[in-house]
Amino acid sequence: MDDELAISVRGLRKAYGDNVAVAGVDLDVHRGEVFALLGPNGAGKTTTVEILEGYRQRDAGEVRVLGSDPAHPDPHWRSRVGIVLQGTGEFDQLTVGEVVRHFSGFYPDADDPDKVIERVGLADKAKARTHTLSGGQKRRLDVALGIIGRPELLFLDEPTTGFDPEARREFWELIRDLVAAGTTIVLTTHYLDEAEALADRVGVIAGGRLVEVAPPNRLGNRQEALATVSWRTPDGARESAESATPTALVAELAARYGGEVPGLTVTRPTLEDVYLKMIGHS
Amino acid sequence: MTTTLKPAAATAATPVRRLGPGALVLRQGRLEITQFLRSRESVVFTIGFPVIMVLVFASIFGNEIAPGVRYTQYFITGMIATGLMMVSFQNLGIWIPIERDRGVLKRYRGTPMPKWVYFAGKVIMVVAIGIAETALLLAVSVALFDLQLPSTAGRWLTFGWVSLLGVTACTLCGIAISSLARTARSGSAVVTPVALVLQFISGVFILFTELPSWMQQVAALFPLKWMCQGLRAVFLPESFGAQEPGGSFELGRVALVLGLWCVIGLMLCLATFRWTTKRDG
Repeated sequence: MDDELAISVRGLRKAYGDNVAVAGVDLDVHRGEVFALLGPNGAGKTTTVEILEGYRQRDAGEVRVLGSDPAHPDPHWRSRVGIVLQGTGEFDQLTVGEVVRHFSGFYPDADDPDKVIERVGLADKAKARTHTLSGGQKRRLDVALGIIGRPELLFLDEPTTGFDPEARREFWELIRDLVAAGTTIVLTTHYLDEAEALADRVGVIAGGRLVEVAPPNRLGNRQEALATVSWRTPDGARESAESATPTALVAELAARYGGEVPGLTVTRPTLEDVYLKMIGHS
Repeated sequence: MTTTLKPAAATAATPVRRLGPGALVLRQGRLEITQFLRSRESVVFTIGFPVIMVLVFASIFGNEIAPGVRYTQYFITGMIATGLMMVSFQNLGIWIPIERDRGVLKRYRGTPMPKWVYFAGKVIMVVAIGIAETALLLAVSVALFDLQLPSTAGRWLTFGWVSLLGVTACTLCGIAISSLARTARSGSAVVTPVALVLQFISGVFILFTELPSWMQQVAALFPLKWMCQGLRAVFLPESFGAQEPGGSFELGRVALVLGLWCVIGLMLCLATFRWTTKRDG
């Protein structure tokens, strides 16, 4: 068994009746890595992640998570895995502090509840009933419960949904802190900037298959992709050309216009462009 | 959000849990009781309902139903049984679907907490609230309606085992029926009619012997009728036993039927309990 792998998946399949949710996924996640799973709704992201978390049984395939088969989770394995689910599990009658403290009792080596509450930015809400929290604050509580056991591997299913931009930046900082401490992170997200900011590698899942796995800046051969050079012709119309040598093209245009090229832009495909192309929306 | 971080937990040598099973169960029980007491509607509904019913019914009907036995005593006995059923069967049948729908159960399952601790916490809550609610009902009844507390140790013993078996059976059935509700809201729609019909056919509001015999036979299939009968052996004079359908309080049969329901309830729980909602897989 390869000890460097936090997760190893071969030929994973899962169907609900006739609906095939996961149609043969192979995937390795290394220890200490941040892996982001991108994909449209219904692509099989959550099903895949919930199989890895030990919530769902697979139909076929080999799966190892921290060296064990998640289909048979035992308490020791559970204590090493942190989970932030997509839906929140709400304890309406309890305060933030009570919930976090209660969950800390489940783990052998739990973090200090007050410290965790502060780290997720809920220190001033520690004595508030959870039902009074905003959507983003509830999400922070979810994250607190995911990390209270100081997991080796943390799953985050769309963690920043409902966050304002500042809260998202703070959350990214928290993730970077966890990574610095050696935590392996598997994240699903709709936000491409989030994947780009956090992930070492991105997997794009569509129609139950992993279409590509690559570092965010190399996804879809983004680095080698043709650049698009665009400018305005003298009659005001916009013209553009794809080029492997955009600098040469710009020099040529500069010569043609005798100096400034009107409305000049040079772009390469964004992560969003290559992502949309991969999932078939180009 | 900045603090120094210790590295993630080391693997092999760490114990499975910091807290032993006993401590886990007590914490879970305390959490359940806190949640119960803070939700006003369940306090009013579960603890208030039997007291209010006793205040209303016992004040209206004071007639004698047998030599030395007034309807009040008969009704209070039935309400004690009903209270025990509400705190276990109804309470769990309504709350577990809400917790399942909110994802609380799913969240517990993602932790190292052993599954049985969740149920043990519920049992502690049911027992604690059940004792408090019964004590309140007895205090009101003794103070206002001349109810006699059990006069002998034997009667207290009967009170104890009938309550224990009845609450156990109703707790298990409450956990089992919680899986019938598909959403948070439907729990009470599933459980309340069952509980209400049982109260009418089991001789809580109306003297059991005055019910049509087919209705008596249906009621005899379920626990509430036997809980009421067992508690009448505790609170009514021994002579009243002759008025029961079987000619006595039939305590052996009470134990048998309630014990059987414990087994049925347990099997239903094991076969049907769901930690996630249908749409959640």
